Amino acid sequence: MAKQKNTATAEVLGAEAHSQLIKRERRANNVWNKLRRNKTAMIGLVIVVFMMLMAILAPLIATHDPNAIKPSETYLSFGEKGHIFGTDEFGRDLFSRIVYGARVSLIAAIGGTVVGAIIGILLGLLSGYLGGAVDAVIMRLMDGMLAFPFVLLAIILMTILGSGLPNVILAIGIGNVPSFARVVRGQVHIVKNEEYCNAGRVLGVSNIRMLFRHILPNTISPIIVYATLNVAGAIISEATLSFLGLGISQPTASWGNILRAGKDCLNTAPHIATISGIFILITVLGFNLFGDGVRDVLDPKMKK
Amino acid sequence: MSDKKVILKVRNLTKEFKIRAQKFGEQPQILHALTDVSVDIYEGETLGIIGESGCGKSTFGKCLVQLHKATAGSVEYDGRNIFELKKEDLKNLKRDIQMVFQDPFSSLDPRMTAGKLVEEPMIVHKVVTDKAERSRKALELLQTVGLDVQHVHRYPHEFSGGQRQRINVARALALNPKLIVCDEPVSALDVSIQAQVLNLFNQLQKEYNLTYVFISHDLSVIKHISDRIAIMYLGRIVELCDANSIYENPLHPYTQALLSAIPPESPFEKRERIVLSGEIPSPIGEQKGCPLAKRCPKCMERCKTDAPQLKDVGDGHHVACFLFDDK
Repeated sequence: MAKQKNTATAEVLGAEAHSQLIKRERRANNVWNKLRRNKTAMIGLVIVVFMMLMAILAPLIATHDPNAIKPSETYLSFGEKGHIFGTDEFGRDLFSRIVYGARVSLIAAIGGTVVGAIIGILLGLLSGYLGGAVDAVIMRLMDGMLAFPFVLLAIILMTILGSGLPNVILAIGIGNVPSFARVVRGQVHIVKNEEYCNAGRVLGVSNIRMLFRHILPNTISPIIVYATLNVAGAIISEATLSFLGLGISQPTASWGNILRAGKDCLNTAPHIATISGIFILITVLGFNLFGDGVRDVLDPKMKK
Repeated sequence: MSDKKVILKVRNLTKEFKIRAQKFGEQPQILHALTDVSVDIYEGETLGIIGESGCGKSTFGKCLVQLHKATAGSVEYDGRNIFELKKEDLKNLKRDIQMVFQDPFSSLDPRMTAGKLVEEPMIVHKVVTDKAERSRKALELLQTVGLDVQHVHRYPHEFSGGQRQRINVARALALNPKLIVCDEPVSALDVSIQAQVLNLFNQLQKEYNLTYVFISHDLSVIKHISDRIAIMYLGRIVELCDANSIYENPLHPYTQALLSAIPPESPFEKRERIVLSGEIPSPIGEQKGCPLAKRCPKCMERCKTDAPQLKDVGDGHHVACFLFDDK
């Protein structure tokens, strides 16, 4: 039926115009438009975009200097003296700190995921494609890293590297490498034995071209899905590290170290820990919802 | 026969697969997929290869395009053994020998449009470096195989099986090959579409003076397209001769049994059906004697110990059977 209709339009419009029509049709049915029909994914996306805008526009949104200490106004509650979320133990405006903290937390989480993804994808591609001894060595190494609990691994790395944002990114990234490598390797194993890869070999396609033009594009959707969901985990990782005092150090604000500061005064000023905790929760939720939506669109088979 | 030039000279091609031991400490076993296959392929002909499943047809095809590494034997192209070629020569060889795969659904990269798929060989071999020129040539190729401009930007999943097989053919043609190995190119298609694709193969052969090695398990397809037919059984060629004479005068007992399985065209036609009893022997483990010995109605003592070689019995009709040894 559809085919008949297609040929009919082709006759009316001519082949060239028909080709344009198909192009437009495809655009209407692409990933973005499919995603737009997915409600939960859109809720997630709205949250994610909101948090990102907040991070980007921090200087415009923040009502106070996030690092300005005012010893006379410590532990203020919501709305007191023009502080929307109150103040912390040094009298710094909590709202401004949360807004600036979003920057640090999101950069650390997304950066960490990107670093982990890049290294993990390369290792996974090599390991899956070459197989044999290379595969065995890389995967045993990854298994070894997976055997460490993430926090322990991150603590080791942070102790070696020292604190600071770039090092947090690196630590989160390295912690994420093994799982990315595994996801990619598994996919490469499936894809590299597909007939179209054999077809490429018959054509004389080089290994590099094979890896990056044929195998990578066909493994990319599970990678994107995994990466999106992984950002949520990375936000928690950053918060964990900062909470333990290993990540972002004071006075720079991050959601993790605001939470850490709030821990010491849970009885007297519970709003400090609560607010930062809620922001972490909502952002993680947002990334999870969005990631689930992306998975539904890109990789319907993964859905249980 | 004498005026024909040999394009591919296959000599004693043997392929063995090692089967990994299931239990600890067990010796790995060897599967003999191809044993001593020797055949000359002439320029411009279609060599049909037929046999039941598991007889090594596809392995033969894949050895020719070097998807499998042959265990022993040689394939000569242009006077050189293709298994010994190195980098540049090997790449040049791949321009001359192309393959059309069995499954049109999995042999096209799902992330590439039809146009890109056809352009790829030209990019890989740097035949056409200009972008516009390349896409024009790709369109031209797609038009030769019966597709058109509206198909260029479509992805493989938007095509029917027959159309995909056409893309496959267009891709194989992109490098102006001399020889195309067709590994059951129509077995995944509907009968009506099979005919279209077969006619396309015939037409292209005339146009580009192509040589085909056409692998199939379908007797009627092979009959339609082939100039010569090789019958394979358990990794060996048991009979090789002109397409017509094999249907009229089959010599090997296996061929006779195989051809007797074609249903007669008229209900009044009486035809004796030769039924081979028993199963195909396993290709795993040591192979002794003629592979057909246990099932052959004309089996002799000698068949159980020696394997017959492919011999010319006149008129380019080759057969591997001791019954014709004295001729």
